[in-house]
Amino acid sequence: MPISRATVEHIARLSRIALPDAEAALLTGQLDTILRYIEKLDQLDTASIPAMSHVLGLTNVFREDMRRPSLAPEDSLANAPAGDNGQFQVPKII
Amino acid sequence: MSYETIIGLEVHVQLKTASKAFCGCGTEFGLAPNTQVCPVCLGFPGTLPVLNRQFLNYGLRVALALNCQPAAFLKFDRKHYFYPDLPKNYQISQYDQPLAANGWIDIDTPQERKRIRIKRVHMEEDAGKLIHTAAATLVDYNRCGMPLLEIVSEPDIASAQQAYDYLVKLKAIIAYLDVSDCDMEKGSLRCDANISLRPCGQQRLGVKTEVKNMNSFKGVRDALNYEAGRQEDILGAGGAIEQQTRLWNETQQKTILMRSKEEAHDYRYFPEPDLVPFTIAPQTIAAAQATLPELPEAKKERLMNQFGLPAYDADVISSDKHLALFFEETAKGYPVPKTVSNWLMGDIMSYCNEHRLDFAQLPEVLPARNLIDLLQRIDQGTISGKIAKTILPELFGSDKTVDRIIAEKNLCQISDTAELNEVIRTVLRENAGVVTEFKSGKEKSFMFLVGQIMKKTRGKANPQLITTLLRERINSET
Ligand SMILES: [Zn+2]
Repeated sequence: MPISRATVEHIARLSRIALPDAEAALLTGQLDTILRYIEKLDQLDTASIPAMSHVLGLTNVFREDMRRPSLAPEDSLANAPAGDNGQFQVPKII
Repeated sequence: MSYETIIGLEVHVQLKTASKAFCGCGTEFGLAPNTQVCPVCLGFPGTLPVLNRQFLNYGLRVALALNCQPAAFLKFDRKHYFYPDLPKNYQISQYDQPLAANGWIDIDTPQERKRIRIKRVHMEEDAGKLIHTAAATLVDYNRCGMPLLEIVSEPDIASAQQAYDYLVKLKAIIAYLDVSDCDMEKGSLRCDANISLRPCGQQRLGVKTEVKNMNSFKGVRDALNYEAGRQEDILGAGGAIEQQTRLWNETQQKTILMRSKEEAHDYRYFPEPDLVPFTIAPQTIAAAQATLPELPEAKKERLMNQFGLPAYDADVISSDKHLALFFEETAKGYPVPKTVSNWLMGDIMSYCNEHRLDFAQLPEVLPARNLIDLLQRIDQGTISGKIAKTILPELFGSDKTVDRIIAEKNLCQISDTAELNEVIRTVLRENAGVVTEFKSGKEKSFMFLVGQIMKKTRGKANPQLITTLLRERINSET
């Protein structure tokens, strides 16, 4: 079994997601199935294939150091569930 | 038992590009909240980051100036953590293929020149700023996406003072490159420290703590001194150090527990698929190397060799790029370098400190021409050195020339023999007792008489001349 219940709970904690017992069990099973499927790739012999870090063959895609207009203040917060004086408001974290 | 302190520093430097690392938002400091944000730096779905070319250029310059080996191939990675200062829930950073590695900075300890190795220099984006109120946490993303370099030292630093010296050197080098403001108060330079102790002679490293939240170089030194003492107390009492992150509290002058090892981060790095990798050609590195400016070490050498300054003077003046430029500019017009250096390290530096003037503003508030004129007027005998010191504050920020101030304040040195003899006569008459004392061998009385003459002329008497005239006068009276 490539993924354990403990790993799922750990990831949930890192992601700040509350995971009820039933969901944790369900997700452990589902993630396990997914990872087992991916594990099929292990059957391939990749010893002679160099590691790659990107699927596109491109390198060195830059933008020049030019300033572009930022969002208007009313637009930047338009989708925020809560705002306060131009600032995004989130539940108290300290 | 005696312990050995082992310190490694992680320094974040914000580069002064015109736009952010991966979007076109500006990089100004102190704007109204969330007025410098766009869909990219707010992490909206469907947006794509694109690397700012200047970010890599500046990073490369810093890497080379720190004697690092730039990577031929580099890529970006996602560093995941879930905290509201990061709208994407990951920070674009570099993990296993950073911009550069294996550099060094040399510092001077009282015993020796010591090499502090630099492990790596990598590029990343800054996070937003949180303000915690009683009811909620407020987020300003203006800083989010600003280009940062993280410069990680090896644990080669053996004391809080060495950490301080390393930071001073690092800051000077980056300031010479003109790629960052390096202002700890504004957060364009930030420093976290790892510190551990081990019994002298032991090979194995002790358990370390990470210390954060220092907002000045002095704060770093104080925090590390405190933390070394705290660890020594625990070890000395037979206790064990816990691996922790601790926050420096400036007001209480102590470190306070922030989180313990159990809560340590697990960042789940993986390659950033939104950015393609980058290559740096050897020609690019050679070209960047060739255009590096003269750096503090080289400047110091030259100030000693070309201008004949003592090592101490050369060290102080080369520690700041603008101070060094001002020195060279002045020494060009007034070729007595040691005199220029004395004025810079004395009256001019204390004036700047007192008025919180940055040396970068020097050419503006005190054009080198004015200092040159002032020094020449002393040599020409127009004013005494003492009077010159009173003129200097008048010159700062003024559009008046030295000569105009001398004329307006009637500060011209009195070198007229007849006029001075008149004053001398009066002083001798008024202090007949002192004169007798002098004649009976009390050498100090002579200086008293000189002082009286200076007082009467409001400091304007030519000091060499009155010494001669006064001696002549006294001798002729016997
Ligand atoms: Zn943006």
